Amino acid sequence: MMLQLNSIAFHAETNDGKAEIIRDISLHIDANKFIVITGPNGGGKSTLAKIIAGIETPTSGTITFQGEDITDLSITDRAKRGIGFAFQQPVRFKGLTVLDLLRIASGKQITIAEACEYLSEVGLCAKDYIHREVNASLSGGELKRIEIATILARDVKLAIFDEPEAGIDLWSFQNLIRIFEKMRESTQDRTILVISHQERILNIADEIIVLADGKIEKQGPKEQILPSIIGTQYAADVCRKLS
Amino acid sequence: MDAIQKQLLQEVADLHDIPEGAYNLRANGESVGRKSTANIEIISKTDVSGIDIRIKPNTKKESVHIPVVLSESGLKETVYNDFYIGENSDVLIVAGCGIDNCGTQDSEHDGVHRFYIGKNAKIRYVEKHYGSGSGDGKRILNPQTEVYMEEGSTCEMEMVQIKGVDSTERTTIAKLAADAKLIVHERLMTHGEQHALSIYKVELNGDGSSADVVSRSVARDHSYQKLDMCISGNAACSGHTECDSIIMDHGTILAVPSLEANSIDAALVHEAAIGKIAGEQLTKLMTLGLTEAEAEEQIINGFLK
Repeated sequence: MMLQLNSIAFHAETNDGKAEIIRDISLHIDANKFIVITGPNGGGKSTLAKIIAGIETPTSGTITFQGEDITDLSITDRAKRGIGFAFQQPVRFKGLTVLDLLRIASGKQITIAEACEYLSEVGLCAKDYIHREVNASLSGGELKRIEIATILARDVKLAIFDEPEAGIDLWSFQNLIRIFEKMRESTQDRTILVISHQERILNIADEIIVLADGKIEKQGPKEQILPSIIGTQYAADVCRKLS
Repeated sequence: MDAIQKQLLQEVADLHDIPEGAYNLRANGESVGRKSTANIEIISKTDVSGIDIRIKPNTKKESVHIPVVLSESGLKETVYNDFYIGENSDVLIVAGCGIDNCGTQDSEHDGVHRFYIGKNAKIRYVEKHYGSGSGDGKRILNPQTEVYMEEGSTCEMEMVQIKGVDSTERTTIAKLAADAKLIVHERLMTHGEQHALSIYKVELNGDGSSADVVSRSVARDHSYQKLDMCISGNAACSGHTECDSIIMDHGTILAVPSLEANSIDAALVHEAAIGKIAGEQLTKLMTLGLTEAEAEEQIINGFLK
């Protein structure tokens, strides 16, 4: 087993007291799977992804990754054990170039040619981007693809993508689907966990988890879950959702 | 030169040995090596300490290195260096000062650099300041730079002070004639109890002149920085000044970008931003496997690159 969550809860302080963002979630995820988590906005999907990566600390419960209890490990230590996290809103850096970021991600001084391969995989013309700064001059779609390239540059066992379709145009979305399809084909010893409402992403899942109101509403193979949610906001058609 | 002096030389001028082209090496208040070339003449001043550097018109692709190193505690000097750059020249000038102070007395180097840039001449000026040594004596550098630019000339300045200088007051003034272009990139990092003042006064006096003065700085520990950058537009000109700073620990930064338009056709812009490192930047790099301290270092290195 790749990942096991045991009775995870997450409470946040709000203006009107405490809000239960995650209520007692237990789930296990096997290795070499492509898993999509969907559900309504505010249902706790992003929070759950951040809890797995160590960005948020659960109020209670434990997390086991490849047989090790990682509940108390830092973001850094989890990253070193092979958890990758692609942000919904990629972070911008003044001064750091795409090459710098890919080198940090890979953990070694990779050559320009190696870095370019990761960029090509996400559909960016490498020579136009490799020395660009990861700053506000890049569009949302470009940043998103660079974000994904940083995951590819790492040797991760579990890659988490938090709403990869957020903030990108339709054309970029088509490319994004291609990237995921390609990753799907080559999930060698790698589990991919994507948070998404998009029908086309759900369609390439092995397994779908529906999260609503901080709880798992449904979980199972795509063939079983997708027909019951298709056409709802949990599995939206790309044009309708993006427009 | 001894090992410490060689180390300083490498820090300030990226030099391992004697540079190519014209040079003047100054160590502990004395000239320890000099070479003029057919087009670049270096002469000692007779009235004050310092040198005149005369570059003949049409000198292309040549360089002058004039680094200074101080490794004796308690040494204080003021040096005047004047550069006369002939018309249509295109040269690289590398200055810089390194102080190693292991003693208890303050060491100070105040360099006054004046540039007279001829018509359509182009220079790139690189100045690095660096301090090292474990003594209680302070390492003080007060550079004063004056740039007088004739018609159509271009001056690109890279001013860097990253480490070890306890106190600095750097003043740069520039006066530009028609179609002259000034580009300044300043990189400043202070730490400990350091105090740094960086002052720019740029006058755009001729039509078509332009200036772009950009400063990026980081203030760590209890250090203090004041960045005072003023551009005056006195003709149909364009000017841009930008101070972009990161504060850390208990650092303090006062950024005072200012513009003065004295002509209806002057187009001037200033920008200033100060803030700590964004938490999400640290988080992102930590998800790539860096520790918080390593992430911080990467962000600062990139910012000051």
